[in-house]
Amino acid sequence: MITSGIEEKTFVLNLGPQHPSTHGVLRVLLEMDGEYIASAEPVIGYGHRAHEHMAENRNYHQFLPNMGRVDYLHALAFNHGYCMAVEKLIGVTVPERAEFIRVITNELNRITSHLLWFGAYLMDLGAFTPFLYCFDDREHILDLLDRITGSRLTYCFFRFGGVPKDIDDDFISGVRTFIKRLRSRWVDYHNLVTKNVIFIHRAKGVGVFTKEQCQLYGITGPSLRGSGIPYDIRKSEPYSAYPLFDFEIPIGDNGDIYDRYIVRLREMEQSCRIIEQALNKLPNGPIMAEKVPKRLKPAAGEVYQAVETARGEFGTYIVSNGDIKPYRIKLRVPSFSNLSLMVESFKDNLVADVVAILGSIDVVIPEIDR
Amino acid sequence: MDLLTHLGIEGVRMIVGLIAVIALVSVNALFLIWMERKVSAHMQLRPGPMEVGWHGAIQTIADAVKLMGKELITPEEVDRPIYYLAPIVVFLPVLLTFLVIPFSQTMIIKDMNVGIVLILAFSTLTVLAILMAGWASNNKYSVFGAIRSVAQNIAYEIPLLVTVMSIILMVGSFKLTDIVTAQGRYWFILVQPLAFILYIICATAETNRTPFDLPEAESELVAGFHTEYSGMRFALFFLAEYTNMFIVSAVAAVLFLGGWRGPILPGVVWFLIKVYALIFLIMWFRWTFPRVRFDQLVTFAWKILIPLSFVNLLLTALALKIF
Repeated sequence: MITSGIEEKTFVLNLGPQHPSTHGVLRVLLEMDGEYIASAEPVIGYGHRAHEHMAENRNYHQFLPNMGRVDYLHALAFNHGYCMAVEKLIGVTVPERAEFIRVITNELNRITSHLLWFGAYLMDLGAFTPFLYCFDDREHILDLLDRITGSRLTYCFFRFGGVPKDIDDDFISGVRTFIKRLRSRWVDYHNLVTKNVIFIHRAKGVGVFTKEQCQLYGITGPSLRGSGIPYDIRKSEPYSAYPLFDFEIPIGDNGDIYDRYIVRLREMEQSCRIIEQALNKLPNGPIMAEKVPKRLKPAAGEVYQAVETARGEFGTYIVSNGDIKPYRIKLRVPSFSNLSLMVESFKDNLVADVVAILGSIDVVIPEIDR
Repeated sequence: MDLLTHLGIEGVRMIVGLIAVIALVSVNALFLIWMERKVSAHMQLRPGPMEVGWHGAIQTIADAVKLMGKELITPEEVDRPIYYLAPIVVFLPVLLTFLVIPFSQTMIIKDMNVGIVLILAFSTLTVLAILMAGWASNNKYSVFGAIRSVAQNIAYEIPLLVTVMSIILMVGSFKLTDIVTAQGRYWFILVQPLAFILYIICATAETNRTPFDLPEAESELVAGFHTEYSGMRFALFFLAEYTNMFIVSAVAAVLFLGGWRGPILPGVVWFLIKVYALIFLIMWFRWTFPRVRFDQLVTFAWKILIPLSFVNLLLTALALKIF
């Protein structure tokens, strides 16, 4: 409450760490001028679990389950990034079928992440119903992934040199049915949300990120592509089996909330395309590379591997000094950079817009804190 | 002696009426909360409460019992007298408005000739209670909720009143029974469709329902003005919200849908059908729309609703003059 009388014009509003729409434990100190934001300062670290430090104290295999906990919504991409970095370090080639399985599960996981974002975001804007619609869809993917990976959220599915479990016909037909179902749902989504006048007024022209700002802050992922820069690691630095598939990188024009929303929706469709092609072209063969030692002791050296997660570029940087434990692992996570620009863009907006912008970036707090 | 008898009869009538109203309010709120949960659930592809009673019918009674058992937490530093008063102030006017609502031709506690004015006047008092609650809670989010609520209610009160005026022009009486009687040949919704739409929009805003639920915008202001209230104090706010919904729908049924009029079934049944249909409409809004932004909300009221309602009033007056 404003206590110090007429002299003071602004006051500090503490948004979080326990607030319904900070998506976890983010805390933002908002200096308010009435309902407008004068300045904003994020306070991070409430979800800090020292993943990078843990890496230095355990061997390469032992660190693998940690990756599912960094970004729990797109855990498989983090699995993928780390596995690829280690494979690069020890010089293992992954068999083709394993690469395909990796891509299929990865893209399914990307769809779950975007679906969850869709629901949570609309809830931030005050619409509750879409949340349950997309959770209904998401449930189907979780069931499919549950069958082959054994978990529903914090996956630890990929191994150095391949994947531990092959996909069967049930899984393939399940995925095909799901994609058909998801495509039939777009109409509902668009009728309920995209064409809604209130949503359009809330989203258009709000929280604009210019191209320059994005490049300055190192924004990646759908937030960058919403601003019209077609940068996607899957295309610009192709990895795994992605070069074999035909897909587009959706981009927006204005860089506002609406564009980021549309980009994500269209990305889900592109993921469906990738999955379909991968299922059609799925080669036979082994799913695990031969001769991956049980006890990894890579030679001294360093590698960097970037992958595209649902939120942007995730980079794993591993330094090895020839020991069984990594000397240092640095995780470059997308939400950290995205958050810094987001806070910048809060200025001169209303509290309601803060929630809308925060949601539109799709931050995962444990990923920022690592 | 005559006066005393009269007073006695009136007194008994009042007491019976008040008890009936309190019973109705409680049962209605319990039913509405259950209805809202079921409506929202079925719109969201889920069954909703199913365990307690038939399809969860007595779930809300269980919830009410739980709320009664809750500790009443009073945060430190609150402005105690106002903090304690606010839940009562929010609830009393809601009860009083029931005095004049005609459930059927005879089921009305007191058919006053200022009926509609009384309802509008008392329902405005809700704002005062929200302001009291928000201010006394000594919480920034609560104050935000309270400020928003005041701005919103003032903005939407005007088109609401002007819209109601256009009906009153047609009838020439503030008495609710007269308004219903005047709809003998046709319902006013047929001649005043614009007024009906305006009224429903304003009523949704007046009762702080989505898409106009800014005073308690969950994702922005946590719980808005009642963030610091717990137990039965919170329940009173909740009760008042649902009862308000009943009142605005009842007024809409009287003004536009011909009140208790309808074939075959008794008047009170028709009245309740119309009221609950309108409540269903308001619930439908809530589970479909996102929330509007505060500035958009106020702009919408001042730039679109108020001019439109005046145009409607003017057209009504002209039409009455010509025909």
